[in-house]
Amino acid sequence: MAEGTITAAHRPAKSSFWKAIAAVAWKDLAAELRSRELLSAMLVFSLLVILIFNFALELDVATRRSVTSGVLWTTFAFAGTLGLNRSMAIEKDRGCLDGLLLAPVDRSAIYFGKVISNLAFMLIVEAIVLPIYSVLYNINLFQPGLLLVILLGSVGYTAVGTLLASMAVQTRTRDVLLPILLFPVVVPILIAAVKASGGYLTGASMDEILPWLNLLIAYDVIFTAIAFMVFDYVVEE
Amino acid sequence: MIEVKKLVKRFGLKTVLRGLDFQVQPGEFVALLGPNGAGKTTFLRILASLSRPSLGSVDIAGYSLPKQAAAVRARLGVVSHLPLLYPDLTAEENLTFYARMYGITQYEVRITEVLEMVGLEQRRKDLVRTFSRGMQQRLAIGRAVLHDPDVMLFDEPYTGLDQDASSMLDGVLQTVAGQGRTVVMTSHDLARAEDLATRFDILSRGVIAASSTRDGLGKNNLLTFYKQALAG
Repeated sequence: MAEGTITAAHRPAKSSFWKAIAAVAWKDLAAELRSRELLSAMLVFSLLVILIFNFALELDVATRRSVTSGVLWTTFAFAGTLGLNRSMAIEKDRGCLDGLLLAPVDRSAIYFGKVISNLAFMLIVEAIVLPIYSVLYNINLFQPGLLLVILLGSVGYTAVGTLLASMAVQTRTRDVLLPILLFPVVVPILIAAVKASGGYLTGASMDEILPWLNLLIAYDVIFTAIAFMVFDYVVEE
Repeated sequence: MIEVKKLVKRFGLKTVLRGLDFQVQPGEFVALLGPNGAGKTTFLRILASLSRPSLGSVDIAGYSLPKQAAAVRARLGVVSHLPLLYPDLTAEENLTFYARMYGITQYEVRITEVLEMVGLEQRRKDLVRTFSRGMQQRLAIGRAVLHDPDVMLFDEPYTGLDQDASSMLDGVLQTVAGQGRTVVMTSHDLARAEDLATRFDILSRGVIAASSTRDGLGKNNLLTFYKQALAG
């Protein structure tokens, strides 16, 4: 390129939606791989919670099975909030959110990129917590059905959480505001996830579990669609 | 290149911009000056499509905001007092990320060009968190010119820079403006604005209170013009 002139050689025609999603997710994962700020906070918090519950609840085998889903989802929900808050705070504190919004892409690509990275962080924490929980509580959590519920619940939680975190991060009270905004909205998904997980752990029939699974899937689809439509308005002044 | 008509911006009951009119010709370097709270940053954020106008029209490079915001953003480069960079990524990784967001093809070549332009080629593999404030600001300019924008918006780019870093930034800004780009810069530093800009607009109470080209200043210096505009 000759100095002193503007050429169109590097000018974007239109950035691909999918490439932008991949770029945002790659950026978050690469930065986290280096700093480990977010994952370590989520992990330490999760391990502390299950450890405290382990000492607090001295239970027989049958009761242990029935409370496991509640303990697990309490742990995932609170650890997830930590991660969501931090993930958006990193964008806001150095103006990087503006940097993302200045890119000539559909802004929902930014949303989906953030959802993918937040979901990856949550799944990594869950993958570490589950075996430790299994050992501490002497219970087998590696059942395909239960893992599917955890995946569906995590998708819904991060889909809503990422949208609400991008709203909360604009305020001065973001750390307090996110749980206040998030938990009332994710109550249906937490109830469905706890019920479906509990069903698998206590050996309930598929007829009892299926309505909760359907609710999880419906919630994931509906809230992902809503977030796709409103994200642009949420992040713009 | 930029045409703004009767722009109004309200935040709740507070009106920040009150029917502002503003035009910039291609290749002009406009310094937008004014006291704190005059609405300079709000105005630049509207031009950058980061904020929606309450009323009025904004056209940039033939595209109107907010309807054609993506097309406008493809032609805009924005530098603020915040670096808009990720501290846990290297300089090269930051530029790679933004190149992918802008859909730039063959970005490896372009990243090398840009790093050479801002004098950071030797530090391309270093984490941004190890950079000084001045180096971060130069990399921020590199990020903003990565996609060869026609229009550059600078919002207080000298904030927090020491004398040496400011002088170095002067050179980078002159290079960027010298490549035929249209530039709008807000600043409190009248001396630097006087050295760089070809036109000076004073924003006060939500409107452009006065405007003058460099030649139009005549015997007055910019400080006198600025004080007169605010007094009037």
